Amino acid sequence: MELERHDYDVVVVGAGGAGLRAAIEAHESGARTAVVCKSLLGKAHTVMAEGGIAAAMANLYPEDNWRVHFRDTMRGGKMLNHWRMAQLHAQEAPDRVRELEDWGALFDRTPDGLISQRDFGGHRYARLAHVGDRTGLELIRTLQQRTVALGIDVYMECTVTRLLTDDDGVTGAFGYWRESGRFLAWRAPSVVLATGGIGKSYKVTSNSWEYTGDGHSLALQAGATLVNMEFVQFHPTGMVWPPSVRGILVTESVRGDGGILKNSAGNRFMFDYIPDFFRKETAETQDEADRWYEDKKNNRRPPELLPRDEVARAINSEVKAGRGTPHGGVFLDIASRRSAEYIRKRLPSMYHQFRELAEVDITAEAMEVGPTCHYVMGGVEVDPDSEAARVPGLFAAGEVAGGMHGSNRLGGNSLSDLLVFGRRAGAAAAAHALGHRDRAELPEDALADAARAALAPFDREGGENPYTVQHDLQQTMHDLVGIIRNATEMEQALERIAVLRERVANLSVEGHRQYNPGWHLALDLPHMLVVGECIARAALERQESRGGHTRDDFPATDAGWARTNLVCSLAADGSVALTRQPLPVMPAELAEIFEESP
Amino acid sequence: MTTTAPRGTGAVTQGGGDGAPAPRRATISARSLRTDRWWLLPLTTVVVLLSFVVYSTFRAFQNAHYFSEPYISPFYSPCITTGCEGDTFPEFFTGPSFISPAIYILVIPLGLRATCYYYRKAYYRSFWLSPPACAVGEPHRRYTGESRPPLLLQNLHRYALYGALVFNVILTYDAVLGFRDETGEWGHMGLGTLVLLANAALLWLYSLSCHSCRHIVGGRLNHFSRHPVRYRLWTQASRLNASHARFAWLSLFSVAIADAYVFLLATGTISDPRFF
Amino acid sequence: MTYDATFRVWRGDASGGDLQTYTVEVNEGEVVLDVVHRLQATQAGDLAVRWNCKAGKCGSCSAEINGRPRLMCMTRMSTFGEAETVTVTPLRTFPVIRDLVTDVSFNYEQAARIPAFAPQARDADGNHRMQQVDVERSQEFRKCIECWLCQDTCHVIRDHEGNKAAFSGPRFLIRLAELDMHPLDVTDRRDAAQDEFGLGYCNITKCCSEVCPEGIHLTDNGIIPLKERVVDRRFDPLTFLGSTIGRRPKD
Repeated sequence: MELERHDYDVVVVGAGGAGLRAAIEAHESGARTAVVCKSLLGKAHTVMAEGGIAAAMANLYPEDNWRVHFRDTMRGGKMLNHWRMAQLHAQEAPDRVRELEDWGALFDRTPDGLISQRDFGGHRYARLAHVGDRTGLELIRTLQQRTVALGIDVYMECTVTRLLTDDDGVTGAFGYWRESGRFLAWRAPSVVLATGGIGKSYKVTSNSWEYTGDGHSLALQAGATLVNMEFVQFHPTGMVWPPSVRGILVTESVRGDGGILKNSAGNRFMFDYIPDFFRKETAETQDEADRWYEDKKNNRRPPELLPRDEVARAINSEVKAGRGTPHGGVFLDIASRRSAEYIRKRLPSMYHQFRELAEVDITAEAMEVGPTCHYVMGGVEVDPDSEAARVPGLFAAGEVAGGMHGSNRLGGNSLSDLLVFGRRAGAAAAAHALGHRDRAELPEDALADAARAALAPFDREGGENPYTVQHDLQQTMHDLVGIIRNATEMEQALERIAVLRERVANLSVEGHRQYNPGWHLALDLPHMLVVGECIARAALERQESRGGHTRDDFPATDAGWARTNLVCSLAADGSVALTRQPLPVMPAELAEIFEESP
Repeated sequence: MTTTAPRGTGAVTQGGGDGAPAPRRATISARSLRTDRWWLLPLTTVVVLLSFVVYSTFRAFQNAHYFSEPYISPFYSPCITTGCEGDTFPEFFTGPSFISPAIYILVIPLGLRATCYYYRKAYYRSFWLSPPACAVGEPHRRYTGESRPPLLLQNLHRYALYGALVFNVILTYDAVLGFRDETGEWGHMGLGTLVLLANAALLWLYSLSCHSCRHIVGGRLNHFSRHPVRYRLWTQASRLNASHARFAWLSLFSVAIADAYVFLLATGTISDPRFF
Repeated sequence: MTYDATFRVWRGDASGGDLQTYTVEVNEGEVVLDVVHRLQATQAGDLAVRWNCKAGKCGSCSAEINGRPRLMCMTRMSTFGEAETVTVTPLRTFPVIRDLVTDVSFNYEQAARIPAFAPQARDADGNHRMQQVDVERSQEFRKCIECWLCQDTCHVIRDHEGNKAAFSGPRFLIRLAELDMHPLDVTDRRDAAQDEFGLGYCNITKCCSEVCPEGIHLTDNGIIPLKERVVDRRFDPLTFLGSTIGRRPKD
């Protein structure tokens, strides 16, 4: 078999924020490191992040510190977060942001010359280091340029289809060049998964085609476990019109900078949806909410800045109650509240995006927005300190890892998550590799099997078109395992997924191996299916509503479920097995943070 | 080293200059697939610039009809040879009689415009067709741009700017002299005064909006916050710079119009309407 | 609102290819990339096209539409008449891989050659202090989404393959400008800009600025200021003398 072979200490799969940060750290720890990414370098989904990086740097509010950030994160996740991850994240984020400046990042500044920070949903203080509304681009460009400066090998447009393991753990990975369709294998004792999320399984999503859940699926196949898969975040504000841009993100910064939500009757409806859990810290009147932008100490936050799950559910309810806009969303209005100059300065890409794609001038008119699938809180179950999965040598960081965000992620915590845990994963992967100097040979039969599986869609004649199957899967997930769920629909979803699984086994593609998107999609579909099944199974099992998981048939939050995680693994026959697992108990010195007044 | 996929070699098409082959590019034979009238802009530029060149050459060598009390044509100011009409400026020397006084003068403003970042764009595109329009193939086999002499000399633009600023002062002075009447009495104003004033103003706007000017007043600094005055100057220069192309054309027209106006007065074709 | 449009798409690879004509449905509000995707899903499953975010933020779906370098995701179908044929071709400046996908590795090779950012030391409290006005110029260039449209349209390399050895293209000239204007950076890249990255090849004809989907003023704010900085160093005896005898440091 024709096969290109490479030897490394650490192979990082994915070149978004987490992958690049991991690669930089592994390289600087002395490991020979490679990054493998499906797109060109610098195109990863991190560029889509707009708002900022949450870090308690206290540049604007001296009262802010890691304990407040930790508390906000845990409460935002409805206390289902892994406490240790939330703690590390809050403690280390400020240093991770500062170090970006040493690599050339240019954040917006405070009058004192420090990194400016902005307000975001669920964060008590203005905390998001940002560059206008293109922070993700700044983050990825900075890490990309650092990666290039260090001379790290990057395999661009290259897809990993299998992780290779033996009894002692990871031995390497197998994949193909998208450009030529040729196969290659990396021998490496450490593999870091940083593949991002699963949004492409949904019909309306802010995620790009790369978000197929391949990292989740690779980890399962290698014997690792997934945690919290029932929690999928629907961002409250995605574009709804025109149809072709439906789902594209409208940053939370619009609300952080003064934007408000209104229904078709012109009412600022979020005041009707303040849950008891956040009542003490949320403004009751419009006057108080408006004063908060200027004086945060003596006023409470506007309800538009509740955590994303609350806002998304509220919008969903308004639309269902017939108070939506003509195109099935609600109005997001900043035009009547801030000057045109301010809007263009603070939200340049939003201004551009609406002008170009929807012919809407956001300095003059309200935007139409609705929920869009944005992020999966669930992911590979890892050790909080090292990001090691249950398979020795396998690590996961960023969106593909689970636990950190509990049942709902706060805006801005994603970019800091990438940096904090990307770095930790890189260091641990390097240490693991440097401790395993004896490299196992890659088993030839496994390589041959991987190649055979990848080529199967070419061998079948007259099978199904992968684009049709993908469309049906997206429709299923959207209709039956979406923002509001119930048992009947999810059981139906599982049945449909079983049917889709048979159809995927019968896919065929036209053309040849060279840059063939139909073939690439055919290889992605099994990943999307297994992830969809994990989400549906876990969501069916959790009989309560919490964070990013809302059940029509169990609308209340259940204290019994507050201490339970759901863990997915792959059974021998390839089916998804679900187990319940107690949540790790927070030590007393952290628990007391929650006794303090808000 | 960033690793990329191994790639094969194959067919060839354009890109090697003058339609010559470059390896492995897509085989598209059309020089451009643009569907708009991309040739309109370069053609207009050629017509307008050529008209100006023809007119100004004619006027520069004419060596007559450039002075009509109290106005002097910008082509002939400052008139520094003893062969000059009028008395607007000290006369320094007597050149050979076959050289028009305008020749000594026009070197500087022409130098400014020839090395101007905007005019460079305009004539590289429209005269040298390199490129004639964006994404339209250029007809040259080789291209080295401004990387070697003589085009390397374009880098002396700022010296032309310094010279042009001196001329601006003189032309402003000329415009002020326009507040006299034919007998040298102050306190009068005619249409010619307005023409010269407008010309002087546009020349200032053109010079001050220059890219070199923008660099010199503050652009070369890396820490604006430590130089608040120069930052303010740079901000102003930047604002003007956004309209540099417009000022380049308007001032070109205004120079020609000012000259033509004086010509018409001097030849007695028209008479200057007096406001007061 | 829905109509059938005529699309001509270049199909082929390095060994050759041609424009193929398709009739394809177009709905209200769609962009060219939507139509290309519909072609993929219904008529040409193996039509190769690069794309990611579909929101003008990642710079993947660069192509030439009716001969003009554009992002497919930001080109609305409403800008064409319903009877107009829309021609989509790959970037001409780079070797073609297949259909609309080109080999843009030239750009990644250039990126690797740029002398890396080198910061001055942090303040005693561990922070870097910079004022907003000091970072804004470089921030403009950091908006770059690396779509390579400026590289594609630049005639220096578009029409002269051989110049790729001497000229790194507008994207990397503004990268040099960004670093040279960076308030923290301590490396002088002016000589490198002129000698190694071919700044002198640019004849400021501004096509890069015309095609930039981010609206970056590459020429006016990046390349020309960089040329002026090189003049300070190379061609201006006054500033050269000043900086040599130390009375006039870089700033």
